[in-house]
This record gives sequence, C-alpha cells and structure tokens, in this order.
Amino acid sequence: MRGTFIRTLEKMAKADKNIFLLTADLGYKLFDNFRDNYPDRFVNVGVAESNMIGVAAGLALSGKNVYCYSMVPFLTMRTFEQIRVDLCYHNLGVKLVGVGGGLVYGLEGMTHQAIEDISIMRSLPNMTVTAPGDPAEVECLIEESVRYKGPLYIRLGKDRDPVVHETAPDFKIGRGIVLKRGKKAVLFAAGNVLPAAKAAVEALEENGLSITLVSMHTIKPIDKKLVIECARRTKAVFTVEEHSLIGGLGSAVAEIIAESGEKVIFRRIALPDAYSKYMGSSGYLRKKYGLTPQAIANRITKELKKK
Amino acid sequence: MGKDDIKKLEETAKKIRRSIVETLSSAKAGHTGGSLSVTDILTVLYFKEMKIDPSRPDWEDRDRFVLSKGHASCGLYCALVERGYFAKDLLSTFDRTDGCLQGHPDMHKTPGVDMSTGSLGQGLSVGAGMAAGARLLKKSFRVFVVLGDGEVQEGQVWEAAMYAGHNKLDNLTAIIDYNKLQLASRVQDAIDLEPLADKFRAFKWNVIGADGHSIESLCKAFEKARKNKGRPSVIIADTVKGKGISFAENKVEWHVRVPKGDEIAKALDELK
Repeated sequence: MRGTFIRTLEKMAKADKNIFLLTADLGYKLFDNFRDNYPDRFVNVGVAESNMIGVAAGLALSGKNVYCYSMVPFLTMRTFEQIRVDLCYHNLGVKLVGVGGGLVYGLEGMTHQAIEDISIMRSLPNMTVTAPGDPAEVECLIEESVRYKGPLYIRLGKDRDPVVHETAPDFKIGRGIVLKRGKKAVLFAAGNVLPAAKAAVEALEENGLSITLVSMHTIKPIDKKLVIECARRTKAVFTVEEHSLIGGLGSAVAEIIAESGEKVIFRRIALPDAYSKYMGSSGYLRKKYGLTPQAIANRITKELKKK
Repeated sequence: MGKDDIKKLEETAKKIRRSIVETLSSAKAGHTGGSLSVTDILTVLYFKEMKIDPSRPDWEDRDRFVLSKGHASCGLYCALVERGYFAKDLLSTFDRTDGCLQGHPDMHKTPGVDMSTGSLGQGLSVGAGMAAGARLLKKSFRVFVVLGDGEVQEGQVWEAAMYAGHNKLDNLTAIIDYNKLQLASRVQDAIDLEPLADKFRAFKWNVIGADGHSIESLCKAFEKARKNKGRPSVIIADTVKGKGISFAENKVEWHVRVPKGDEIAKALDELK
C-alpha cells in the first residue's frame, strides 16, 4: 500500500505544485523519486513527529497541501494534541498517512503495532478517518484526498498487500463499497483485513451461506445509509477490523445499529482490548486473534446458527 | 584499569559483535548499524560500570539500564547473553514467532530488560524518573540511558533533559551513540544536533566527550560521570554506524539491512 501511496502522490504532485510531503525520518528509499523530482516540496523533519504536525499546520496556513508520513503510533498517538489543536480545530486539510495499521509490524512489538488509532482519530471533531482495504483503494483515496477539505487520516498496511478489487473500485470517501451481495448477513470490513474478509465470504458462499461484503474504507464519516440498508436486508451484521474492539469500525457501526431500531444480530470481529501477549509476525498474530479467513468464516457461521 | 583489563573488554566487545552478525543474519531482520555502533558502550556498561547481578535481574538495588534507541535490541540481547542473563542459544529465536527476543526490547518478555522501548524519545524521561525514584527511596543505584543521535531530535528528550538538570539528578547518566546517521539520512541533513555539548551544558548537565569505540576512553568517561556530583551527566560518544564491518560502516542503508550471503562470512572474518 505504501508503494501505491507514493506513486499516486507523485503523479498528483506533478500536476499540483502545492503538494508537500513531510516525513519524520521514515520511508528510507521510498521517497527518493519524490525528493529528486520535487526537492523543494519534500522535507525530512527528523525524528520529531509532534513538530512535524505543527510545521504541517503552518504550511497549510500558507496555502500548501501537506501530507505527513510516519508509522501509525508515532503519527497519531505521540502527536495527538498537536493534531487536535493545530489541525482539527482549524479544520486544516493536512493528510496524515500512517504505515503499519494493526498488526503489520508484529515482530517489532507493541511500540510498532497500532490497535487504538482508529478509535483515537475518530474522536476528533473535523477528522476524517480512512483505512483502505487494498492498493486499488489507496490509489483512489490518494487521488481524491488532494482536493479533500479538512484533516484526513489514512491508515495503510505496509507493502505487498494483496489486490482485492480486480477493476477500479467505485470509490468515494464516506461511501462503503459493496463487493458482493448476499442475503444471510452483511460483513463490513475496514483496512488491510479486507483480503481475509473476502476469502471468508467466499468460503461461506461455498458452504451455502450467502453474505454481503462491504469495504468500509471510511470509518468517519461512516456510510450510515449503507449500514442501515444492509442491516434491514440481512438482519445480521458483522464487522471485522485489525483494531481493538473499542472505538473502531465495530463501534461506529454499533452506534448506528443501536439507534436505528433495527432488530438484528450484531457481532464485532476485532482484536481484544489488550496488548498482544504473543510475539510473532502479523500472520501469526492474526491466527492467534481469530482474524484469518477461516476464523472469520467460523465465527459468522457459529453466530448465524444461534439465530 | 590495566592494559589487560582493557584487552579483555575489547575481546568481549568483539564477541558481542560476532553474535550480532550471526543473530541478525540468521533472523534476516533487525538493525545492524545501530547495534554495532553501540556495542562498546554496552560492553563497558555491562562488564565494568554497572552494579548488576545476572542471576537476579530483578534485584532492587541493581543499576538500571534503558536502551532508549530500542531498535538496537540485538546489541542489547547479545550483551545480556555474554553477561550471563540467558543462554546463547536463545539468540536463534531473535525476531521469531513465540520467542522472547522481540524486535524492540520488552521487559515483560526478556530477562534483564529494565524498560520496554521502541518508540524513540521516551527513554530519558523514564530514566530520569527512575533516578528520582532512587533518591526518594534513598537507594544508591544509578541509571544509564542510551540514546540514538537521531532520537535526540525528539522534543521529549529535551523536556527530560531540562527536568534532570533542574533536579540535579547526578545518579543519571545519558550516553548518546553519536554515529551521525539516522534511518533515512545523515543526521546533519535532517536536523543537525550541533552544538550538542553546548545544548546539554545549557540544560545544566555535566558533559563528557568520549571515543565510543575506545574502551579506555569510555571507561574514563564513565568514571568522570560517577565522580560528578550535583548534575546529571551525558557522555557524547563519537561512534561509527556499522562499526566493525568495513562494508557497513557509515552507510545509511545499513540502518535496517542485515548481512546476507557472502557478507556473513566476510563480516565474521573481519571480527576475528
């Protein structure tokens, strides 16, 4: 996803001389092309994320279109108050691009894993929160982001994220993408868990359970209309995300369901409210925490049997 | 400190460097440059300066160590092995699933680790807190914090520096592994730290310079820090990123690159 991000941003920067890219000393080699082509619009601000947000605000107030890059925890958590005051309060169109959403940096340990970021960013007024599900969505999102108003958080996976959309998706910030229609339930997925969600839905289809699959790449503002429509049709709503149970996609969908009056089964499939006690790669941790296609499919089957 | 003692520590440092190369190349992951630049500092700390007992990693009177540049974890693990905290064969589990030697140090997983690190900029504050705690508890243990040079760009480092200077925490020693390179560039091309010694002096610190690859120079620096009263000490240790492997020295790409193929034998040969 990060490769797609920078390739798309380079393309946009060619046409738009206002685009600036700041990094807090991350992305070795990733930005070489951008830096060589636009040396005046690329800054490594050093290992100093909070300062980066303030500098980005200043540049934005000078009419620049600024993208800030770092790993998710350092980009969204250390800098929380700078984001709140400098960006959100003034509704500045600074884009925060975080690499390593969820368990991507599994073996690096908890400092590099990100399970609370969506919740944290979602709580900020004016902030838009996105977690694209595959490189195709990243490309669309970066293209749209250039003209997007207000602060925008983009939660990426890392590299070699599988492509889910075989053709260009019908992408718009704030609108979920229905990948498949089915009657028994709906599964909303956000972020780099989308390939696993798709595989789970395909496995369920083979077992005679036809499920609607939605890529909910924008968690805030959430596509309320789509959530209610799918809930009404299927009467069984599931969410899946590589994020803590608290405050992410599951919470966002739950808020809508609870207030809608729809009587449905509702279950969140997510990481527990805990730091990983295991040490391992992202693949291993996904197995441990039930985020593999098989585990997702089993969970949905089990819950639907209770119906 | 006699010539023989110095020679012995140099041999220990070489052993640790060899372990680093073996561990990183076998794991095919980790941070080579910064582990090798900090090796001599770790050697002097673990084999000369710190009051520790490997058989009692939780001993309450032990000196505390915080590797604030947590990405040099491999260097720390190899030093802990050499010092006897755990068996060497555990190094084969570095960065592996279900192991206990994670990419960044985790005090819940690894014996001998006093503080979990990995998010740059936070270690000096914790070290200052430990030092303040020692004083409150009327304990004589000392606290050592190793920072990377790129890390010193974090604002929090200077908040900690101001706090420690103001509170005259002379039981706190910071060591800056000043290898002049950070993840994506030379330090001076991102944010230059100079004049670094003057900055710390202005923050009421006792500043000591050292050659970070001379055991003798480091031992003298730690001695000065130990004898100093009324101010925290910082040892600015001039180092070389990738020290000991000619083809990795002073190269930005070796921040995260690890030796592979023929490079492994070549590196080990240079460290004989």
